[in-house]
Amino acid sequence: MIYFDNSATTKPYKEVVETYIKVAEDYFGNPSSLHPLGKVAERLLTQARELAANLLHVKPQEIIFTSGGTEGNNLAIKGTARLLSKRGKHLITSSMEHASSLEAFQQLEKEGFQVTYLKPDKNGIINMEQVEAAIRNETILVSLIHVNNEVGSIVPIEAIGELLSHHPKILFHVDSVQGISKVPLNLHKGKVDFCTLSAHKFHGMKGNGILFVRDGVRLTPLFSGGSQERGNRAGTENVAGVVAMVKALRLSMEASKTELTKLTELNEWLKQKCESITGVMINSPTKRSPHILNLSVLGVKPEVIVQSLGEHDIYVSTKSACSSKQAEPSRVLLEMGYDENRASTAIRLSFTFENTMEEAQAFLSVFTKIVEELKKVVEK
Amino acid sequence: MNYNHILIRYNELALKGKNRKDFERKLLENIKFALQNFSGVKVNRSFGRMFVELNGADESAVSERLQDVFGIHSFSPALKVELNQEKIDAAALWAMKDALPNEDGTFKVTVKRPNKNYPIGSQQLNYDIGSHILRNTKDITVNVHHPDVEVKVEIREEAAYITCKNVKGPGGLPIRTAGKVLLMLSGGIDSPVAGYLALKRGVLLEAIHFHSPPFTNERARQKVEDLARVLTRYGGSMKLHVVPFTDAQKEIHKQIPDSYEMTIMRRMMLRIAEAAAKKYEALAIVNGESLGQVASQTLDSMHTINEVTSIPILRPLITTDKLDVIEVAKKIGTYDLSILPFEDCCTIFLPPNSKTKPNLEKAKLYEKELDIDHLVKDAVDRIESIKITPKTIIEEEFNNLF
Repeated sequence: MIYFDNSATTKPYKEVVETYIKVAEDYFGNPSSLHPLGKVAERLLTQARELAANLLHVKPQEIIFTSGGTEGNNLAIKGTARLLSKRGKHLITSSMEHASSLEAFQQLEKEGFQVTYLKPDKNGIINMEQVEAAIRNETILVSLIHVNNEVGSIVPIEAIGELLSHHPKILFHVDSVQGISKVPLNLHKGKVDFCTLSAHKFHGMKGNGILFVRDGVRLTPLFSGGSQERGNRAGTENVAGVVAMVKALRLSMEASKTELTKLTELNEWLKQKCESITGVMINSPTKRSPHILNLSVLGVKPEVIVQSLGEHDIYVSTKSACSSKQAEPSRVLLEMGYDENRASTAIRLSFTFENTMEEAQAFLSVFTKIVEELKKVVEK
Repeated sequence: MNYNHILIRYNELALKGKNRKDFERKLLENIKFALQNFSGVKVNRSFGRMFVELNGADESAVSERLQDVFGIHSFSPALKVELNQEKIDAAALWAMKDALPNEDGTFKVTVKRPNKNYPIGSQQLNYDIGSHILRNTKDITVNVHHPDVEVKVEIREEAAYITCKNVKGPGGLPIRTAGKVLLMLSGGIDSPVAGYLALKRGVLLEAIHFHSPPFTNERARQKVEDLARVLTRYGGSMKLHVVPFTDAQKEIHKQIPDSYEMTIMRRMMLRIAEAAAKKYEALAIVNGESLGQVASQTLDSMHTINEVTSIPILRPLITTDKLDVIEVAKKIGTYDLSILPFEDCCTIFLPPNSKTKPNLEKAKLYEKELDIDHLVKDAVDRIESIKITPKTIIEEEFNNLF
């Protein structure tokens, strides 16, 4: 099997699954229970929080455990908008956000907020000047994706954070679901107030995530209920998932230290090879995350290619998995200025540290053949 | 460019006469211990001060850790550069900009030149380095009397050292130079702060905690262990002696009139603490009492309670306001733990009408109903002593899970 769909989800590390099972079996107590079983579960949760904070270079009280990227984005965006609506009702984001951000903003628009959607340039980047131009007196939140999930473009978070540090009333949310462990981000330098992470994108289990919330910054919670996660997120904590996630985070951060160069080389090699196949165009910008490569096979429906590769036990995706069931052109590619043709034929390859050059070579030979054959069929 | 050294000063130790050598040695040891997790970092002592060689370690993280080491009076991040005028100028400019990032303010240059082989004299160096800074900054001017920043340059045999910032250290005396004390550690805000302040005067700290299961629960005890663990940041590994207090408390509750229950309980705790101090060879007891703060801490109460012992009782917080204690608790990292809502032995069975002015004779009279010697001996005999080691993020028990 060659799995090149790591932006959709990653395979959990074996050690992570083992931890999950062990914690689920041995430490099943509710961390809020008063008895020893509850106490030990609570200690485990506390230590998981401390280790997560240590890995992200933040404070333990700045970590909120969530159910994943969608919840993190919703909590940061709606939680801020609703809390600060008296101060202002203007929000800034981009038109290349993940659906879980974009839809949250569209919902807020219906509630009476005004949203500016910044348009990415042809390289899939939102720059500091665009943000600056959009800022108004009543702006309360800027929310941007760090690494775009379809093309891998990297938004200059630290520069934008520096700009926003001159506007202390505006909070800054960063969706780093794709960026974590792949593209370094310093939350302090970036003056980031919220940062969303999702466990299953870095070899953790589904249903877990982290929302970083800077010390002193408040939110209106999405859920009503108990006072877990300092009142920001009601619901009995998923201790097993959390511990497994923090382990996955540690392993990914470690792998990141040694394997990023390899990943960059693999990505670049595939880019050059694919580019030279007739009819294949690269959609990802030159400066991109090492784990994403987006390309178009002109004239061929991308579903057909996904299907054909699947028959060879090779797994890639069309666009974002969260919107890939709709047979529409990629919103992100259209926004970047590509035409319908390009945007309707996009294939996303996404890698992880465990992918090898051998896999890349094997993929290439199958992919080349498939493209040749399919082109013959459609161009007849 | 980045700071590659930290210069540490420890003025107060200089006053300590012939003990000075021991104090210095201890301080050096304590600093080394505090910095043991920074790989590559080296600490050296020379001519009445100490140098941390960073060797690539993060200066701000090391500085933060130095704030936890008592005996350090102040310290300065320093640049060590080779004896080359261009390099010295550049380093002085960099350090100046680091100290005044907005490039707006005043400075002066002070050069010392113990290395007389260096070809330029210190007066000329003052002028040269100052000119270099003036030429390369915007709104910085010279003020030799009250500068915002003093650029200190020391030309030594092996290299030149440049410092600009002077960071106040925690002060006090090196821990473990003053003998052993026993801290009465509850789960509240005050006692950890009292322990911290005792450590500041160089003691070797051990703690005693009164635990009354099942009336006080495991979390209350865990909280105390966690508080002790925070204190290890300042005092190194420490022993926590957990006293089983249930039997004594039940007996007091049964025999003593409501209004004197608290007073007698405190007398009992102090007797047990004294016996424990004897057992563990501590020379004094430390507690978090602040005059008048609660019923047990009025002058009348202290007079009546203190009567049971002649061992010195140190009360670092005795004149401190609660808000000031809270401020220190927040600074040293015990506050968030202290406010966790788990009941400790002081609040269970507590009657609504404790005496704020207990009478000593009455207390003695009521106590006749109790077999004090037995209760004290039994409690001390059953003390469980645990070693609290400096915090690791993941405890051993959970190590394989992460």
